[in-house]
Amino acid sequence: MATQHSRSAARMMMAPAVILLLGWMLVPLCMTLYFSFKKYLPLRGGDLGWVGFDNYTRFVSSSSFWPSIYATLVIVGGVLAITVVFGILLAILLDQPMWGQGVVRMLVIAPFFVMPTVSSLVWKNMFMDPNYGLFAHLWRFFGAEPIQWMSQASLPSIIMIVSWQWLPFATLILLTAIQSLDSEQLEASEMDGAPIISRFWYIILPHLSRAITVVILIQTIFLLSIFAEIFVTTGGAFGTKTLSYLIFQRVLESQNVGLGSAGGVYAIILANIVAIFLMRIVGKNLDN
Amino acid sequence: MGRIVLDKVTKRFGDVEVIPPLDLTIEDGEFTVFVGPSGCGKSTLLRLVAGLEDVTGGQIQIDGSDVSSMPPAKRGLAMVFQSYALYPHMSVRKNIAFPLKMAGMKSAEIKRRVDNAASVLNLTDYLDRRPGQLSGGQRQRVAIGRAIVREPAAFLFDEPLSNLDAALRVGMRLEISELHERLKSTMIYVTHDQVEAMTMADKIVVLQAGVIEQVGSPLELYRTPRNTFVAGFIGSPKMNLIEGAAAASYQAHTIGIRPEHFDVSAEGGKWSGTVNVSEHLGSDTFLHVQGTGLADSITVRADGEVAFRHGDTIHLTPREEHIHRFDAKGLRVE
Repeated sequence: MATQHSRSAARMMMAPAVILLLGWMLVPLCMTLYFSFKKYLPLRGGDLGWVGFDNYTRFVSSSSFWPSIYATLVIVGGVLAITVVFGILLAILLDQPMWGQGVVRMLVIAPFFVMPTVSSLVWKNMFMDPNYGLFAHLWRFFGAEPIQWMSQASLPSIIMIVSWQWLPFATLILLTAIQSLDSEQLEASEMDGAPIISRFWYIILPHLSRAITVVILIQTIFLLSIFAEIFVTTGGAFGTKTLSYLIFQRVLESQNVGLGSAGGVYAIILANIVAIFLMRIVGKNLDN
Repeated sequence: MGRIVLDKVTKRFGDVEVIPPLDLTIEDGEFTVFVGPSGCGKSTLLRLVAGLEDVTGGQIQIDGSDVSSMPPAKRGLAMVFQSYALYPHMSVRKNIAFPLKMAGMKSAEIKRRVDNAASVLNLTDYLDRRPGQLSGGQRQRVAIGRAIVREPAAFLFDEPLSNLDAALRVGMRLEISELHERLKSTMIYVTHDQVEAMTMADKIVVLQAGVIEQVGSPLELYRTPRNTFVAGFIGSPKMNLIEGAAAASYQAHTIGIRPEHFDVSAEGGKWSGTVNVSEHLGSDTFLHVQGTGLADSITVRADGEVAFRHGDTIHLTPREEHIHRFDAKGLRVE
């Protein structure tokens, strides 16, 4: 049915969506590039003219740049590790036939529906508060000194909060993957004398590799830009300033749009490097 | 090295008794086929022997020792699954080597055995491919290769040919029979296809609703079916089962006449009817005869060259020595 006429009609009908999406992407990108070459201080004189690559050098030479890269990578890496490992375990657990399976699955997915701001505040105030948080009570029950989560263990705290949010996503994707495993394969490996650990290692895990790849790719994209979790907990203090948070501070707290825009361009480059890197590693997993 | 005895084996799923107490002995080196319509419990029986299902009652013995509560791997059996159940992410070599690797065998010995199995099964050129790159018949051979490297006490086949097309099925049937001739090991083969059962088996076990209807060699079952179920199930086309006056004249409730045991004539015979459909296969012609007053339709296997067409009148004469007689319960009367 792909006649000349139907193909041009299809192009016409797709055009609005393509144009909208392109505009959505191109306009902010071009504005970011435009401002990154300008000295633009909204409250201190506004547009002060072109400055070349000045913003770029200043952004990188700032003492908070490398720590922010480090914090970003630690958070992304930590969350990925936790969600993939526990996601696999939970998926295997939820795959077992049990009473009330439907309700349990609903409950497991629930954290994904909670807004990041809300869940972070709940974690911060109800669990991690050193005076009246649940963890503090637990620590005191065992006679230990409560941990000042947000200051003494700031990065692990944020990793914990974000992992809690993203674990359902990983679990859900991995669960559907596990359910698609042919039970005859497991039985065959049982006949072949594989104990349960070997069955997991040689049969289940390779079967999940594609789903794990998808989880890692999608989560990385979203985790590189987490913001609300940091904003409402540490506010970027105690070494939790990620790249996206640093950009936010440059633009809104120091009111330096040019400098922040340069940071934005760096963020685009970083995201692309990570994406290419991941695609290379996992690309062959998606091939066959 | 592979005598399997089932002693009053039962299996229940909840309240449903799938296999009522069942006794069966499979001698060493025998090619036994479990055959029956779908849902008759033949696969369940095989899985009980394999250890993939637990018996509810009774005992399974292999070479005299009770294995009923042993895990599958310890029973020394190898199984070929209907879907082949190859490991898709492993090469053919790794697939075949998997059971040996799990047994902790030295890699030199694994390589020797895998190469040996591959040459027996014509898989040497495909050892580095993945199962996804193989044809159905090749996958089937890989599954068999994975079974034979373990040198098991017995092989279990669960409808291994049902995913193959007709031509390949005939070829693989021969290959499995040849394999049995060469290895001389016990094999249990599950199928719903009576042609596979007849062509491959030393011993056929006909099952219906978890009950063994008859055990015997293919020709025993063909010549002396114990009841109407076996009579109708074994043989192709199906035996004609005739009730009523015609049966009464032979002092039986039901008589059975195989399609190949009729003499046909255009002039005269014992019974007459009209040809409804005639199927010409070249070597044979299957005639479906109606209006005989015996049954709705009588199937007759005639010579390939007979010239009966739709609507022709045909006269049938059964060969008296090949008439099977059954009583009201469907059991054979001698």
